[in-house]
Formats: sequence, C-alpha cells, structure tokens
Amino acid sequence: MASSSSDAAGAGRPGGSFRRPGDRVFSGLATGAGVTILALLAGVAIFLMIEAWPAITAPAEDIPGGEGLWHLIAPLAFGTVLGSLIAILLAVPMAIGVSLYITHFAPRRLSQTLGYIIDLLAAVPSIVYGLWGIAVLGPAAVGMHRWLAGNLGFIPFFEGPASATGRTMLVVGVVLGVMILPIITAVTREVFSQTPRAQIEAALALGATRWEMIRMTVLPFGKSAVIGGSMLGLGRALGETMAVTIILSVSGAVTLNLISSGNPSTIAANIALNFPESSGLAVNALIASGLALFAITLVVNMAARAVIYRSEQALR
Amino acid sequence: MSTASVASSARAPITHDSLPAWGPWAVVGGVLLAAVALGSATEVALGVLLLLGVVLSVGVVYVWSRAVEGSRRAKDRSVTIAVTASFLLAIAPLVSVLYTVLSRGLARFDAPFFTETARNVVGEGGGASHAIVGTLVITGVATLASVPIGIMAAIYLHEYGSGRLKKALTFFVDVMTGIPSIVAGLFAVALFVLFFGPGIRLGVMGAVALSVLMIPIVVRSTEEMLKIVPDGLREASYALGVPKWRTIVKVVLPTALAGIITGVMVAVARVIGETAPLLITTGVFSSMNSNPFDGRMSNLPVFAFNQYKFPGAIPEPYIDRAWAAALTLIVIVMTLSLAARLIYRRFGTDIR
Repeated sequence: MASSSSDAAGAGRPGGSFRRPGDRVFSGLATGAGVTILALLAGVAIFLMIEAWPAITAPAEDIPGGEGLWHLIAPLAFGTVLGSLIAILLAVPMAIGVSLYITHFAPRRLSQTLGYIIDLLAAVPSIVYGLWGIAVLGPAAVGMHRWLAGNLGFIPFFEGPASATGRTMLVVGVVLGVMILPIITAVTREVFSQTPRAQIEAALALGATRWEMIRMTVLPFGKSAVIGGSMLGLGRALGETMAVTIILSVSGAVTLNLISSGNPSTIAANIALNFPESSGLAVNALIASGLALFAITLVVNMAARAVIYRSEQALR
Repeated sequence: MSTASVASSARAPITHDSLPAWGPWAVVGGVLLAAVALGSATEVALGVLLLLGVVLSVGVVYVWSRAVEGSRRAKDRSVTIAVTASFLLAIAPLVSVLYTVLSRGLARFDAPFFTETARNVVGEGGGASHAIVGTLVITGVATLASVPIGIMAAIYLHEYGSGRLKKALTFFVDVMTGIPSIVAGLFAVALFVLFFGPGIRLGVMGAVALSVLMIPIVVRSTEEMLKIVPDGLREASYALGVPKWRTIVKVVLPTALAGIITGVMVAVARVIGETAPLLITTGVFSSMNSNPFDGRMSNLPVFAFNQYKFPGAIPEPYIDRAWAAALTLIVIVMTLSLAARLIYRRFGTDIR
C-alpha cells in the first residue's frame, strides 16, 4: 500500500530531483514528529537515569532501610513478579477461552459486540479496580482464604494465617488478571479470527468436530500470538500501580504465602505509596526502583513485540 | 472385500445417536439452579458454587455424551460449555464493577458534588468541582500535545516512512504502549526536578506524563485508519497533479477523519482515569486551580484515592465522595468509549 502510493508520487516528479516546497515542509514535519517520539522514549530512560544516579552511587547506609539499593528493590521486585505471575496464570487460559468463544463459538452477528464488551474491561480506570478489589472482591474472598488455609495449608502458597480483610496477594493477582485479560484477548482474538478459511474448512470436511478443528488449525496458527499477547499482559501487570496500592496489605516480608495479611509490596505500589511524602535521597531511590521497573517492562514488551511481529510475518 | 464386512456395514446405521438438542443446556441450567439454591441455603459464596457448578456440568455432559455419542462428540460438547463459561466469567467482573460503582457512587452523585470544592471540608458535604476541572485541564493539555505529534508520526509511518527509521519507530511506538503509567509519572518528575528543583508539583507535569502514555495510542489508531484509506483515492489525486502533501491534507485525512477522532477519543478515555502518574506529579490540593502552570492541581482519580486512603474521624462521607468520584470517572470513560464507537459507526470509512 505504502509502496504503491510512493510510486505514484514518484511518477509525478520525473527524475526525482524536484520536490515542491510544501512537500518538503510537510514530510519534514512528519519525520520530525516520528523522531520526537523516539527522542521522548530515549528521554524517559535518560532522565530517569539522571535522577536515579545519586541513589545508585550513594553509600548503602544513606538509602532508606540502611542496607543499600539492592536490599530496597529486591523484595519489591519479588512482590511485583509474584503478583504478575498469579495474574498471568489466571488470565491466559481465560483469554484463550474468551477469544475462542468470540471468534468461533458465538453467533457471528454478535461477535463484534462481544469483543467490544471485553474491551470495556480495559476502559475501566485502575483506581476503580482498586476500590472494587478492596470493597467487594477482597471481603468476598475471605471465606475462600479461610478454606484454603484450613484444607490446603500444607502448600506453601496457602500456609496462612488467612487474612480477615482479603487484602492479600491472591486477591491482587485476581484483580490484575481481570485487568490484563482484555489486553491478551485483543491480540489472540485478532489472530484466531485470521486462521485461514481453507484450513478450517478442510478440517471440518474431514469430519472433525468443532473442538478438533480448533485444536488442529486455530490453536497451532495462533500459538505465537498467545505467547506474545501473554507477555504484553505480563508487562502491564508488572507495572500496574493503583490496584495494588489500594488493595494490598503490605509488610515487606518476602514470602510465597499468598493469603496472609503480610505481603511483599511491588515496585510500582511502593513508589505510589511513598513518593508523596519523600524528599532528598529517598526520592532518588524511588526513581531508581522505577528505573528498574522500566527496564524490566521494556525487556518484556520488546520480547512480546518481537514474538508478535514474527507471527504476523508468518501470516503474509 | 469379505461378505462379513459388507454385512456388518449394512447393519451399521448411517446416522448415529445424539443427545437431544436441549440436553446439555438442561444439565448446565439444572446444576447452576442447584448451585444458586445451595448458595442461599449455606454460607459458601455463590461465586464459588457457580464455578464448581460449571465444572460439574462439564463432567456430567461429558459422561452422558460419551455414553451416547462417543468420546469425540463428548469432548466437543465439554469444550463448548467451558469456553462459553469462560466468556461469562470474564464479563462477571465488569458487571460487578459497574454495579458496585453505581450503587455506592450514587449516594454523593449530587449537585454539590459538581459545584463545590473540598476546601475546608471536614466530614460531610463538599464536592469535587476542583478535581473535575483539574482532570479536564490536565487531560486537555495532554491531548493538545499528543494529537498533533501522534497524527504527524502516523502520517510519517504510513505515507512517507521507509527503511530503518520506519521500522524502529513502528517497533518503539508499540513498545511505548507498554510503559507503566507510574514510570511515565517518574519521567515527568525527573524532567521537571532537573529544571525547577526538588518538590515541584504542577498540573502540566501530569499532562507531560499523560502525553507519554497517550502518544503511542494515537499513533497506532491513526495509522490503522490511514491504512484503510483506499490507494485509488490517492492515485486519483496525484493524477490530477495535486502535490503529495495536499493529497494527504485534503484527501487522505478527511477520509480517515472519523476514524482518527475515534482513536483520539479512545486514547483520552484510556488516560483520563490514570491515577499513578498524577499522584506523584500534580500533588494533592483541595481548592480550585485551573492553571496547569501554577502549583498543585487536583484531579478526579487522585481525589478518589485520597478520599479513600485518608478518611477523617468519621470515614463514611470521605468514602462516599471517593465512590462518587469513581462513578464520575466511569461515566466519563464509558461516554467517551460509546461516543467514539457511535461516531465511527455513523461516519467511519467502511472499506474492506
């Protein structure tokens, strides 16, 4: 498409040496906007690094906590990853189910509307998810926490004692799962619906049931989209702030126990909780932790995009 | 071909037994009704019972169908139920969130909430007009900054771009959509602290943070819209001797306009509820301030957070205000999303 339009433009200027001034200005503006965006992304990294530097170079005892930056960030990183993993474990199978339902089970006339309803999940602001989590989901999950602690307490995750408020890592993981579901679904839905018609019809013509058709054509075709979409969701869950800040009851302990009231915080929630009251080197330390978060999510996102691009390339 | 096999295939019926059409649904309905009944009779949470009910009905349908139709059809039927259930389960939080916000937010969704500020308010009363104005100003500034850059970058990507710059830009715009909002906020802080010294809090800092989040969304959606403008239109314009830039401004952009506006509205809806970056950039302020370049500035998400997190001696009025602010946000976001969709339906280019 783009190539044919530039060919057409090229045909308008034989020899290719003359360009109208208007064209030159306009394409300059467009290119400038593109470069600005790249500069902005680089700026995010650079300015974070400048402001994080004092904390990185400071002696360990000056950092809040008194044991250095690593001891400040590591438990937070642990909490961040733990919450996100719960979210991914819950959201990925759900997203596959939802995408399959929308693309291959629901009546065709409805599928667009159903997709739109799932997209509305992404439109709900994170602060609202936070309030919902602490006011509705948390209290509703208390009974289940008790049951888990009583009956599955031998598994380290459910060691207990069960929280009486539901402000636990498990509830946070569920809320994060809800929040990233539409992000994963958006990717998988798109690719599932592009499964080559011929493959689907061939499978059905051979007598496959709908599920056998899906297993033989749709799922293999969409495999890398599922992987890429899940990683996008992971990136979002790692950086999610407000829901965690509001819901999680934090003690700073590094523990796998998901249902007690003493939980590790996450990088993002720790920044949101402590930033407004911090000053001096504490601010630099928080920005350094933000830089770590930025680096983690950047790597996850870049890997996710690389996977998705490769799967899109395979489509052509 | 032996006579025996001919004989047996003659005996085998062409049709095979199958469950009655109402069978699986009757099982699911029956089990779920039982779960609801059990839920009202016992202490166990209804949600857990419904989940167990779905698992149970998948099992029952599998066994029944396997006995009548064989394992392949049985598997197909169980998957159908499981997939449908997963969709309904995914919608459940949306319904619950909307219901909760409506039922709790309506208590203070009244006139004073939209006309008064929280200045000198202890306990009941007060409003969030300052926060609403702040949200509109901050989001407005962010939109003004993001839309031109976003649209021009999309024009570059689709109309001009080639080679490594285009590739890099496409890739990093996608990567940028994944920047955590709190990191965008920290970026604004780091930027302004460098020039204005520590402790600075401005409305415009929030706008810068929101722009970082908004630009990639605008670029992506605009690019998608430019892609569906037919090349025939461009070529017709070139054939008439119209320069490329005028073709873009007068032919391509107007054709894609409804889609671009839709994309911008969706982007606004996406960032207007962002809390984390504003929490650390705009600060907390309980009076009216509509100048983004002059000190602290309130906004709805941060207002909701602070009312909920730091209630007074009698927490109810604070919590009611927080829910009312959440309801206002939801109303704004849903209106924007629905309006965007309607605009696209009504005026969008439908060329595929």
